[in-house]
Amino acid sequence: MDIFLQQVINGLVLGSVYALVALGYTMVYGILGLINFAHGDVVMVGAFTGLALLKALLAAGTGLPIALAGAALGAVLACGLLGVAIERIAYRPLRHAPRLAPLITAIGVSILIQYVAAILWSKQYLALPAAFTPATWQIGGASVTDLQVLIVLLAGVLMAALLWLIHGTKLGCAMRATEQNAEVAGLMGINTNRVIAATFLIGSALAALAGIMVLLYYGVAHYFMGFMLGLKAFTAAVLGGIGSVPGAMLGGLMLGLIESLASGYIGDFTGGVFGSNYRDVFAFIVLILVLVLRPAGLLGKAQGERA
Amino acid sequence: MTAPERNAGATEHPSTGQLSAHSASAATARAADVLLEARRIGKRFGGLQALDGVSITVRRGEIYGLIGPNGAGKTTLFNCLTGLYSHDAGEFRFDGAALDTGSPDRVARSGIARTFQNIRLFGAMSVLDNVMVGRHSRTRGGVFGAILRTAGTRAEESAIRNRALDLLGYVGLQERADEQARTLPYGDQRRLEIARALATDPQLLALDEPAAGMNAAETNALRALIERIRADGVTVLLIEHDVKLVMGLCDRVAVLDFGVRIAEDVPAVIQRNAEVIRAYLGAGDD
Amino acid sequence: MSEPGLSPISADRASAGAASAGPAGVGPAGAVGRRLRVSAWVIALLILPLVVDATAGRAWVRILDVSLIFALLAMGLNVVVGFAGLLDLGYIAFFAVGAYAYALLASPQFDLHLSFILLLPLGAAAAALFGVMLGAPTLKLRGDYLAIVTLGFGEIIRIFLNNLNRPVNITNGPFGITRIDPLSIGSFSLAQPHTLFGITIAPIHAYYYVLLACVAASMVICRRLQFSRIGRAWVAIREDEVAARAMGINTRNLKLLAFAIGATFGGVAGGLFAAVQGFVSPESFTLYDSIMVLCMVVLGGMGHIRGVVLGAFVLTALPELLRLTGSLQRTWFGHVWIDPADLRMLLFGLALVLMMRWRPAGIWPAPHGRVGT
Repeated sequence: MDIFLQQVINGLVLGSVYALVALGYTMVYGILGLINFAHGDVVMVGAFTGLALLKALLAAGTGLPIALAGAALGAVLACGLLGVAIERIAYRPLRHAPRLAPLITAIGVSILIQYVAAILWSKQYLALPAAFTPATWQIGGASVTDLQVLIVLLAGVLMAALLWLIHGTKLGCAMRATEQNAEVAGLMGINTNRVIAATFLIGSALAALAGIMVLLYYGVAHYFMGFMLGLKAFTAAVLGGIGSVPGAMLGGLMLGLIESLASGYIGDFTGGVFGSNYRDVFAFIVLILVLVLRPAGLLGKAQGERA
Repeated sequence: MTAPERNAGATEHPSTGQLSAHSASAATARAADVLLEARRIGKRFGGLQALDGVSITVRRGEIYGLIGPNGAGKTTLFNCLTGLYSHDAGEFRFDGAALDTGSPDRVARSGIARTFQNIRLFGAMSVLDNVMVGRHSRTRGGVFGAILRTAGTRAEESAIRNRALDLLGYVGLQERADEQARTLPYGDQRRLEIARALATDPQLLALDEPAAGMNAAETNALRALIERIRADGVTVLLIEHDVKLVMGLCDRVAVLDFGVRIAEDVPAVIQRNAEVIRAYLGAGDD
Repeated sequence: MSEPGLSPISADRASAGAASAGPAGVGPAGAVGRRLRVSAWVIALLILPLVVDATAGRAWVRILDVSLIFALLAMGLNVVVGFAGLLDLGYIAFFAVGAYAYALLASPQFDLHLSFILLLPLGAAAAALFGVMLGAPTLKLRGDYLAIVTLGFGEIIRIFLNNLNRPVNITNGPFGITRIDPLSIGSFSLAQPHTLFGITIAPIHAYYYVLLACVAASMVICRRLQFSRIGRAWVAIREDEVAARAMGINTRNLKLLAFAIGATFGGVAGGLFAAVQGFVSPESFTLYDSIMVLCMVVLGGMGHIRGVVLGAFVLTALPELLRLTGSLQRTWFGHVWIDPADLRMLLFGLALVLMMRWRPAGIWPAPHGRVGT
């Protein structure tokens, strides 16, 4: 088995998921300048609602593809609503508050969602129904499952669609204008509140699909799963250049690859002193390194100081 | 006349800030003495050349006005000078040496203090505390001194307080020392910002549209304050929209238009300058 | 040019003679009243554990001890969040550094038994060092990056504590370190009962007095910092960083200082925690503990020292009160719908959101004009 190729494949899959989640962080940060700590938990809600729907649909005798599509659609709707509600209830009233207030609110919302989920569903790991056994192919000494291919393809399609939406539609134009200068955009007749709500809607919908992917890939959902995932996706957004949509995509893929390769080889490099149980540390090291070496990120514009 | 020199000696406790006898004559004697020089300053924002080779020369002891239509680059020049923006080209010379504009705090320590167009006070702090913050760069009390309340720290702290109270008296805010800064009326906030800036012992005080939003009476009081500050030996650099105020108050004026300095002279000459008149009529004076 | 100017602009009268006109102009009558009030407080706090022990039981004295440790933590985080306006979401990591520094060097783990007089400063220094290492690259950037970096750091520290039991056993992994030395000087150990003026003082009470002294000292230290040149600069940075820099404040250094001082408090509290508990494990240093300390600061009133100390007491006692809801649920519904521990987190999350919206200055806001809040 070719370990390198295998880790690259795993990294691409992981990176696709990070990229989808990172998009939500980067879009909100671009427009509001806010780290939406609750975004990772929206992913978790996507996984949980997807799981519940999937179980229900399968129990009702629906075929697997239709059940999957139904679960994805339901999760997208649920998370989209949740995202818009978070913005409306928690962040919008604080838009002119001191800068610490929305950050503290964001972490509060994150905790709130986690524990509502823990109470609604469970604090245990909830597993997928046993019906899932992905087909496996061998490529050059590494194995690829149809699920992995599906995740990478779907993530690619979603990102292409998002780029089209931002650069090819009126809404996207309004989003870019609001990001440049919300006040001026408002003067030009753009309903900035609606643009911000749309940003949360889109970001949360992508998060829902990422949640379903994680659910299918790892086979479990857990109320705390959004925390580390969110942290890593944010790191991916910073790596790519916070506020930059292509940057989030690139950053996500790179972080997935770095993490996968690093945890694959760390045992060899350190003579077994450190094992793959340190995999969550790599993202953090990447975050610190980016902040030290290139705070603007790979594709980010150098932040112009504003008076 | 440098900051440390001015700090030396003087331990008297004046009841009011009066015109110091030396300053006016000193200003005359050193009329040709250059305090600040901007040499071909350039600044680009993306596709916009906000400043294009702007040069100005501010002499010690004068009130120097910077005018121009909206978006001409006045505040950009201020921000480059005070280290808030980094300029792409040119250099500033201050008090006979190159000015390090690498960070705003270093600029402040070099002896340039500023106010902001959209008043930036420490809103939750008291009026007195705002001015006391201004003394930060001229004092040195540290963590251990503060925790142990050493004699030196206590002495310094009371010196800071007294100096801040004097400055509040100087701008006429002594009665409001204990109020929260954000509760002050607009005109008082402007004056508090000036007191806070003066607390840094500046040689050059840069005022960004200090009269904006003021009524006629407040503007007159401000004008008197600025003249007094100059008389007390601080050079004043002034951005202002109120052309009448600038022409009446300033010794010399520079005019910016689309990032280019189109004139620099005494007000009487500026008022007759054809290019200046064109810039103002063309862009529409507001 | 050095003639003495007559205007305040050209005169820096750093005369010590004016010190008499300093703050705290308390008249003789006020001084007596103040002394009485302070004495009443001191007496009340000294007999508090004895009263609690006699009425509510020894378990509540233990809760008092823990409250005092959390009061130290809350005061430290208050320097960072309340004074300087920086959000630290992994503050408990510094607590962990202090606790493990003490635990490793004063336990059978490595068979080292250093004195706490050496270990407390050492733990504090270690925590401060971590604080600087984390803050230095982050604090020169936008303030909100600090929130995410500290959030990550809090988790990373826990991952290391959990996994550094192999190949070389350093932290003993998830099992933690047990049989940590109690506070002692020479042969005088706080782990044994002592008799003073005919009253026998149990260890748990002795610890209470030691911790109370630490909290009192910390309150004085925090207060002095707050009303100093440094404290003013912190609040200025919190209020408007750009204006603060324009006033000549080196914001990066001062933010780093606030962060390091906050970490130092965490380190000291950690050392005391290890000594009092006699046991530490990674479980005490989770994200939720960080959030709890943050809640103490936010609820008590950011920037208000007495407020955050009160917040620490209320929130440490809260789980005990919530435990009652478990039995209530059982009697009403037949089984426990919401685990009291989850209910607590739910309330924390809700509190953070609601406080920021409706009472950003906290339940007990700082008195107007005296504190910059």
